[in-house]
This record gives sequence, structure tokens and C-alpha cells, in this order.
Amino acid sequence: MDRIKIRAHNISKVFSSNGKGTVVALRDFSLEVREGEFLCIVGPSGCGKSSFLRILAGLMSPSSGTLEIQPAEDPLKPVTSMVFQEYAVFPWKTVLENVAFGLQMRGIPRTERLSIAKVWIERVGLSKFIHAYPHQLSGGMKQRVGIARALANDPEILLMDEPLGALDAQTRTVLQEEILRIWEERRKTVVYVTHSIEEAVLLGDRVVLMTAHPGTRKAVFPVPLPRPRDLRVTATAEFGELTYTIWEALRGEVLAAMESMGKEG
Amino acid sequence: MKKNFRPFTLKLGILLLLLLLWNCGLSFFHGWVTLWWLGLLVNFLLIVGIAELIGKMIPSFYAPLYRRSLAVSFPLLLFLAWELLVRGGVLSPDWFPPPTRIVQALWELITKFDEFSKTSLLGRPWLWPGALWGGRPETVGELLAESHLYATLMRVFVGFFLGAIPGILLGMVMGVSPTIRTMIDATLSAFYVLPKIAIFPIMMLIFPDPFGEGPKIAVVAISVFFLVTINTMVGVRDIEPVYLEAGRNYGARGVQLFYHVILPGALPVVFAGLRLALGTALIVIIAVEFVRAKTGVGFLTFYYWEILSPEKMYAGLVVVMVLGVLLTAGLKKVEQWFMPWRRP
Repeated sequence: MDRIKIRAHNISKVFSSNGKGTVVALRDFSLEVREGEFLCIVGPSGCGKSSFLRILAGLMSPSSGTLEIQPAEDPLKPVTSMVFQEYAVFPWKTVLENVAFGLQMRGIPRTERLSIAKVWIERVGLSKFIHAYPHQLSGGMKQRVGIARALANDPEILLMDEPLGALDAQTRTVLQEEILRIWEERRKTVVYVTHSIEEAVLLGDRVVLMTAHPGTRKAVFPVPLPRPRDLRVTATAEFGELTYTIWEALRGEVLAAMESMGKEG
Repeated sequence: MKKNFRPFTLKLGILLLLLLLWNCGLSFFHGWVTLWWLGLLVNFLLIVGIAELIGKMIPSFYAPLYRRSLAVSFPLLLFLAWELLVRGGVLSPDWFPPPTRIVQALWELITKFDEFSKTSLLGRPWLWPGALWGGRPETVGELLAESHLYATLMRVFVGFFLGAIPGILLGMVMGVSPTIRTMIDATLSAFYVLPKIAIFPIMMLIFPDPFGEGPKIAVVAISVFFLVTINTMVGVRDIEPVYLEAGRNYGARGVQLFYHVILPGALPVVFAGLRLALGTALIVIIAVEFVRAKTGVGFLTFYYWEILSPEKMYAGLVVVMVLGVLLTAGLKKVEQWFMPWRRP
């Protein structure tokens, strides 16, 4: 439980914007994530949290700094699988083909990967839509496909980039409960980026608060709420106190971010 | 409900009466010859009013059927007006032969074999069964060779495929590789704006037989090529970056990424390009056949202008229209087969 899974040290990411100078997305960002930990990252827009996730996913390389990820015992297992804010469910594939996609890319035989995919589709409650195309699904259902695709791939680390950000409040609550329920079964290492403090406290073991322009680590809040959790935890006093404490720390950052946006505009 | 019903029928009655009075009055005072445009305009407005009233009265269950019948009956009404205006001596039959005579001419073109040029429109399909069962299937080939429609169709088909396939390949390469794109893009754009028919003389110069099929097919292929290349490139570049990220994060590389993400992601825009290219191919081939051909629907239309047979000229245009509609519908079917995920 206490083994360090991800060790990021002094990571910086600088984007050059087409000859018009540079933008520092991340500066000297350090973070350790334990194995089996559900870590949430919260911060204002433009704090580089998505960039950090993409660096973890190997989709982007850092400008400087070191990143260590403990290798898996099974070398065939993928290191990371990502759930995207825009779902990124392929419109040209059926639900079944989408969920089996990672397994297919890893060369797992057809019958095996389809049966694994079916199990996960059932677990996210989409059995009726197994042969449907994404355009026939609602936003919440599409993101269920996105989550099932990541979990079916059975990665070492699950990365979630504001997965519920584009959904309405009620669908979001339902999916938060589902994510909690599924995570409690396996306790996979998760790095979860979100805008919502409540979501971070409800789901996470620790909440990392980031500042914007450039993105740095501001504070880390352990979440002492007992596991297994469900939505009832949001009614407790500890939940309310912790979310308010984090909000107090974040408020100044959000105001600063809004002001700097106003200046740029 | 009942309260609303009466005024509608009353208004409808008034409009119908106005329509009758207007047409009878205009005819009685011989107003059609000078005021035919006003006559048509007023008739059109009255008919729109009547159609709208009926649309409000009709039960919602029949509304789609009613709308479809409006779409069909309006052109029929237009043809009727055309017919009457020509018969009444308002429009000259030399410029606007009445629809009935165009239909007659079309029927004649379909059924008649032209002894002078040794051609027919469709290749006399009524002779095919006899040739096939009579043990001489090669006759069907000879009959097709005399068909104007077959000639045009073949040029469009062959040219379309010869242009579209390399166009898709080059467009994909340009979409994927920024280096190749930067190198070729400006040149391609320069060729893109060139009216493709302008290169027909060059093609005639290049091909050993300037009057054969080669130059004609080449012009179609080149026009299709540029349109398809540019659209395919745009299609590849417009793929949502998040799909590429998802593909890569789930382990797709190289050929796999191309087959599972880039190709299907670009397909909608590629097909938009193919539809454009098909339309352009038809324009180009008809123009080429006007200029230099001994067969083809374009040649046919131009030929009947030369011998001053307007109704057959119009019949040729009708064939071109039908051809365009059928080819577009066919491409739509292919598109649905390739992209089942877009079917509503």
C-alpha cells in the first residue's frame, strides 16, 4: 500500500506559441502517488493539470524534470489508460469495439477481448447498447463507455481528465457514485483531475491544489473520510469543513486567474 | 376547434374564387400575352396562400405526406404553366419547346437508332435479351458501344476512379506529414483554381490519339484528383486531436493508428470531397463532349443545337439531369455502406 507508484520531480512544461513567446504551463511540479491511491488534482483553469496528466500518459514529454513510474509485475499490462473530458469515444466504432479497443491494440485474441469488454459494459450498465454507435448515446452513456474502455484495458494507473466536466449535475452525481463503487472493488492507482472540490473530496484519498500561470503545487490535503465511501459522506460535517478549507485556499488563486485572463483579453 | 374551422374554409373559398376570377378575367381580356409575368406571379401568390391554408387545416398525421405532395406537385404545376404559355403563343416553341414535346423527343431518342451516325441513346436495350439468349453475347458490347449514355458514363466512371484513388492517397500523406504538406500545398492550390477544362488541349497534345477516349478521361481524372486530394487533406487535419490522443494512449501506432483512427476520422470529409468531385466530373465531361466527341450525352445535346432541334436538345439536358441525380444517389449509398455509424 505504501509503495510509491509515481514519482514526479521538478517537472516543467513550456509551450512555445508559434514565435509569439512562450507559455509556462508547469513549473517545478513535484508529486508522489502511492500504489492504490486515489489522488485528485484541483486547480483553476490553465493551471497545467491537464498537461501533467498528458505527461503521465506519455502523450507529451516534459521540458525538464524527472518522472519515474514503478513498472508493473506483468510487463504486458499497459502503464496508463486515460479517460478524457470530451469522452474521446470513437464515433466510428460500436460500444463493444470501443471498449475492446485497448485490448485489440495489445493483440489480445478477438474472442477473449470481446468477452472482457462485455463484462465491463455490463458493469457500467450499458448491456442494452452493446452494438450501438456513440451518436445514439447520451453524454453520460458515452462517458460510461470511456470509463469502461479504460478499465477493460486493465492499466497500472488510471488517468482521468475531468471526466465528468461536460455532464449535467445529476448525471455527474450518478457517475461519481459509479466511479466510487467500481474503484472500491479493485483499488487501482488513480490520478483524477477535476474542477470540483466536492468531487475531489468525495472520491480522493488526497487532494492536490495547484496554482495557475505557471502551474505549481500549492498545497496537499489528506482526506480522512472513511472507506468504503458513498454519497452519504457528503452530508457529514467533516466533508463540509474540508471542502470549505480547500475552497479558502483556492479562492485567491481563482481570483488571480480571472484577473490575469481579463488582462489578456 | 369548431370555431376555427369555419373561417379557414371561408378564406379558402375566397382564395379559390380569386384564382378563378383572375385567370378567367386575364384570358377574357387577352391579358396573357403582355402581362403573362404578372399573371404567373399573382397565380403563384394565390396558390401559396391556398397551400398554406390547407396546411393549417390538415391533421398533423397527414402533414408529412402533404408536404411531400407539395414538393412533387409544384414542378408539375410549373410544367403545366410552361405548356400552356407555349400553346397560348406567349413563349416561342423554338426556345422553349413544351414539356410534352420534350418527353416525345426523349422517347424518340430512346427508341430510335440513328442510321446516319450509327448511334443510339441507350444502346437499344430491347435487342439485348435476343443477343444474350441467341448465343451472341458479344453483340451486347457492340450495342453498348453505340450508346451515348454508356460513353458518358464510362468516361465519368473511369476518370473518377483514376482521379479519386491517388487523390485519397496523396491527401492522406499530406494530412499526416507536415513536411510534405508544406512542400506541395502551394502548388496544389495554384492548380486547384485553374478551370480544369482549360487543360483539355494539353491532354489532346499529350495523348497519341487526340480524339480518342484518353484525353477525355484524363481531364475528368485530373479535375477529380485535385478536389479529392484537398478534401482528404483537410479531413485528416480536422480530426479532433483528442481521438488521436486516445488512439495513442491505448497503444495504437503507425498503421494501426492510421486504420483505426485517421482513416475513419477523415472519411466524412473525404466523402464530401467525392460528392463535389462527382459533380465536377459531370460538368467537365459534358463540356468536353460539347467540344470534341462523336458520342456522349454532351455531344448529343450540342449536336441537336447544331441541327436546330430544340426539343431533342432539352431531352439531352433531361438525360444529364437524371444521370447526375442517379450518380449522386449511388454515391450516397456507397457512403452509407462505408460509414454505418452515421446512419440516422
